[in-house]
Amino acid sequence: MIEIKDLSFSYGKEPVLKSITTSFEEGRIYGLLGENGVGKTTLLTLLCGLKKVGSGSITTDGENPFNRTPSLLEKQYYLPDEVAPTPMTADGYAKERGRFWPLYDHEKFLHIMKEFENDPDKKMSQMSAGQLKKTYIAFALATGAKYLFMDEPTNGLDIPSKAQFRSAIMSHTAEESTIVISTHQVRDLENIIDPVIILDKQEVLLNASMEEISDKLFFDYGTTLKDGSLFREQLPGGFLQVYPNYDKEESKVNVEALFNAVHAHKDLIKGLFNKKEA
Amino acid sequence: MEFNSNKAIFLQIRDTILERILSGDLKPGDRIPSVREYGATIGVNPNTVMRTYERLTTEGVIHNKRGIGYFISDDAKEIVLGNSREEFLKEDVPVFIRKMELLGLKPEEIFDNK
Repeated sequence: MIEIKDLSFSYGKEPVLKSITTSFEEGRIYGLLGENGVGKTTLLTLLCGLKKVGSGSITTDGENPFNRTPSLLEKQYYLPDEVAPTPMTADGYAKERGRFWPLYDHEKFLHIMKEFENDPDKKMSQMSAGQLKKTYIAFALATGAKYLFMDEPTNGLDIPSKAQFRSAIMSHTAEESTIVISTHQVRDLENIIDPVIILDKQEVLLNASMEEISDKLFFDYGTTLKDGSLFREQLPGGFLQVYPNYDKEESKVNVEALFNAVHAHKDLIKGLFNKKEA
Repeated sequence: MEFNSNKAIFLQIRDTILERILSGDLKPGDRIPSVREYGATIGVNPNTVMRTYERLTTEGVIHNKRGIGYFISDDAKEIVLGNSREEFLKEDVPVFIRKMELLGLKPEEIFDNK
């Protein structure tokens, strides 16, 4: 469990995150969404202890990640958006680095590499951007880390790899792990992220499970435009409109439309989701 | 799995399982995959599959044996037939009839062909 209380952070005089309070529970795959520059990567690096909070606190299993104690470091893995093309074979790199994670499983690494159709004997410095990313994803999953932070993991992956990634993230992580994926590629990951966190300039607009979202909002894919939508978009076959879910009907959550609706009606959405049901 | 329809994903997964029960592909006593296994196979969050399983459990179509998994119930097919017929009449038939009217088709043109 990760708890963030009243967290603030700034780069010099430029504030990035301001009084953020939210939490990350076990056994969930969080999708961290937000426009460019709202601080998604900053938040991820704070979560894994690479940066020091300005004020407020982050507590991971009772510890401050910035203390970087071995007992916490061996439970977490951070996969940055850009990864280093080390002049080693993937196999050699993974074997060497894997020693830092007690649950690291080299067989699992090789197995995922195979699923990704990635050659473990190739030098990482000679890999394409996508192959390199897949090597790091395979390694991240093989560490057995309970906390997995991934920044845009599907960037650069080819089409078949995206489905393999979706499957791997569920087959090769422990049930109680907490996975936080920051992404703009919502179509790649729409069906695997739950809950969704929408970060805005200096605040969390939404941290809700898919079930909650479909309970509070209705996604209408019909052909007639109706009044009172929070967001509407014309599609080839009609419209996609988002309304408050007055009739408690089930609908398919569209994360792009959700994101746009939340941004267009910040206060209304916050009111809708903060309301405690009796 | 490709999700195209506008139905909630957990209901689409339910539809797939119901169809497999009706076709006889899934039989009473068959074990269905765990939520994580199934999620990984179709690329869907385990929570979503859990919602499907919870719904099917409430309907009596599957049941949970603690620590072993989910199994197809003995009378699953009868339950599914009853529910699916009702849903078909309530949801699909009105759409079908509206379309027939729009196209000016008479029932005998559709049903008396064979």
